[in-house]
Amino acid sequence: MNHMWKFTVRRTLIMIPQLLLLSVLVFLMAQAMPGDALTGQINPDLDPQEMQEQREELGLNDPWHVKYADWITGALQGDLGQSFQFKMPASELIWNRMVNSFWLGVATLIITYLIAIPLGITSGRFNDSLLDSSITGYTYIGFATPIFIFALVMLWIFGYQLGWFPTSGSVAPGVESGGLEYVMSKIYHLLLPAISLGLITTVNTVQYLRSEIIDTKQRDFIITARAKGASESRVYNRHIFRNSLLPIAAFFGFEITGLIGGTVFVERIFGYPGMGDLFIESVLLRDYTVVTSVVLLFGLASILGALISDIILSLVDPRIRIK
Amino acid sequence: MNEKLLEIKNLKTSFRIEDRYYAAVDDVSLTVNENEVLAIVGESGCGKSALAFSLMGLHNRAKIEGDVLFKGDDVTKYSAGQMNRLRGHEMSMIFQDPLTALNPLMRIGDQIGEVLLLHNKKLSNSKRKSKAVSLLERAGIARPEHVYEQFPHELSGGMRQRVVIAIAIANDPEVLIADEPTTALDATIQSQILDLLNELKEDMNAGIILITHDLGVVAEMADRVAVMYAGQIVEVADVHDLFGNPQHPYTRSLLSSVPNAESIDSKLHVIQGIVPSLKNLPREGCRFRSRIPWIDGAAHEENPRLHEIRPNHFVRCTCYKDFYFPDEEKGDQNHGIS
Repeated sequence: MNHMWKFTVRRTLIMIPQLLLLSVLVFLMAQAMPGDALTGQINPDLDPQEMQEQREELGLNDPWHVKYADWITGALQGDLGQSFQFKMPASELIWNRMVNSFWLGVATLIITYLIAIPLGITSGRFNDSLLDSSITGYTYIGFATPIFIFALVMLWIFGYQLGWFPTSGSVAPGVESGGLEYVMSKIYHLLLPAISLGLITTVNTVQYLRSEIIDTKQRDFIITARAKGASESRVYNRHIFRNSLLPIAAFFGFEITGLIGGTVFVERIFGYPGMGDLFIESVLLRDYTVVTSVVLLFGLASILGALISDIILSLVDPRIRIK
Repeated sequence: MNEKLLEIKNLKTSFRIEDRYYAAVDDVSLTVNENEVLAIVGESGCGKSALAFSLMGLHNRAKIEGDVLFKGDDVTKYSAGQMNRLRGHEMSMIFQDPLTALNPLMRIGDQIGEVLLLHNKKLSNSKRKSKAVSLLERAGIARPEHVYEQFPHELSGGMRQRVVIAIAIANDPEVLIADEPTTALDATIQSQILDLLNELKEDMNAGIILITHDLGVVAEMADRVAVMYAGQIVEVADVHDLFGNPQHPYTRSLLSSVPNAESIDSKLHVIQGIVPSLKNLPREGCRFRSRIPWIDGAAHEENPRLHEIRPNHFVRCTCYKDFYFPDEEKGDQNHGIS
C-alpha cells in the first residue's frame, strides 16, 4: 500500500507541468484571437484616447506574461471572466452546463461498458465463431459511422418518428428542481443522447477487450491453470478476464477524452445544454472568454482522465505499482 | 517390480493444418512405473511436448487416438470434470518456461493456494496458507513466508521454477510430467533444479516423465529412456543400456553429437539434414532414412516397428544392424561412446 501512495503522489505531481503548459497554450490561443474585452462593449462614440487610457488602467496593454499571471490567478479562484454575450460570469454560465455534461458522460460510460464487456468477452472467448463475426461486424460499422450522422438518425427515429424520447433539453419544462420527478426527467432526457454516443464509442472497447482476451487465452499461465485442474469457467473468470481487463482500465482515461469530442456533437444535435453545446454556441457567437474557459476545462478533464487511468492501472497491475 | 502407473497404448495426436490432420505423435506406446523416471529425449519438434500435453489433456484442438491408462483407467475417455479432478491432483506438470508459466497478476501464495483448493474444497484458509508455505519450503525457497506474498515479477527465473514445481507437487501427484524443466534456466540454476527434482523423486514415490533434449539431464535423472524422432519412439532402453549400448542410428548420432572434453580435437558429429516439418514428415518407411542417406535402402524395414533386441531394449526399424558413421569403416561394430 505504501508503494501505491508513492506512485499516486508522484503521478499527481507530474500533472503540474502538464496543467501549466495547458493553461499557457489556452491563454496564448485566446490572445491570438482578434479583439479584446473592450471591443464591442464600449460606446463607439467614446474618444479613442479615453479608450486607450481605459485599456491601460485595465491592464490590457501589459506584456503577455503579466496578463497570463492575472488570468491564471483569477481562474484558480474560480473567476474565468465575463461572458460577452450573456453578460454574466463565465464560471456561472459553465457550472450548470458542466453538471449536465458530467451526467451525460457518466451515463455514456455506463452504457459503453454495459455493451463492451459482454460483447468483448463473448467475442474473445468464442473467437472466429459466427457470434464473434457478428460482433466484430458491429464494431466495424461503429468505427465507420460518424457520430453526428448516427446521432441525427437516432434522434429522427426514436425522438421524432417513434416519439419515445424527448428531442431536446435536459429536463422537462416546468419540473421543479429537487424531488424524484426532476431526477427521472433528467435521466429520461439524457438517455437517448447517451445511448447514441455509447453505441458508437463502445466499439473501441469491444475490440480492445476482444483482442486482449484472445491474446491472454494463449498465454502459458493459462495452461498452468488448466494443468492445476481448474474448470473452463474458472480459467476464464479467474485468469483470462481479470488479466484482460487491464488494458480496459488503461483505456478508461482516453475514454473520457474521447467522450469530450463526442459530446460536442451529440449535445448540439440533441439540444442538450451541456459544455459541448455551450462550446459550439460560444464559438459561433465569438464569446471568447467562454470558449477559452471551456477549452481549459476540456483539457483539464483529459489530464484528469489520464491520471485516473494510471491510478486504476496501478491498482490492478502489481508490476506498475513498484516502479 | 514396481506397479504400472501409466500405460500409453498406440497414442496418436494429430493437428489440423489446412483441413487435414497430421500426426505429431504417432503410435507411441510407453509405460511408466511407480518410483521411476522415464526420460523422453529428442530434438525440438519431435513431438515430445505434444505427447506430454496429450497425457494431461491440455491440447485445445487436437485429435487424440489410442489409450492412456492411468492405473488401468483410460483417461482419454474422461469427461472434462473427471479430467479436472485428475489434473493437478493425481497427474501434474512442470512447465518449460517459468517466466511465463505463472499468472503475473496473482500473488505466489494464491497461485499455490488455488491448486490446493481446487482439489480440497474444505481446506480452511489458515491450513491452505501453512500448506502453501511448507510447499515453498519443500521446493527449496528461502523465506517462504515472504515469497508467499510476492508477485512473480519480483522473483528470479530459478525461484519461479521452484514455485512452478511447488504447484506441481502440491497434491502429491502419482504421475509428474516435467516438460523441459531446466531449458529456460542458466547452467548453475539448472543443476540446482535438477538436484531439487532428484530430492523430490526420492520422497514422492511418483512416476516421473522427464521430457528433455539434454542428454546430461537424462544421465543424471533417468531410470529408463525413450528416444523420439519425428513423432515416433525409435528406441527404449534402460539408461545404462542406452548410453552404453545405443542401437538406433538416431540415438547413436545424438550421443556422438554431444561435445566432450576427451574428443576436443576431433570434429563434432553433426546429423545431416533437418527435422522434417509436421506437414512434410515421411509417413511411410523409416522416418530417419533421409538423414542417413549413405545407408543402403534395403537395410530399412518397409513398415518399421519396435524390435525387442534384448529384454526391455526396443529399437525401431532394422537399419540399426547395418548402420555406420560415414567417417567410420563399414562394418565397425564398436558402437557407443566409451
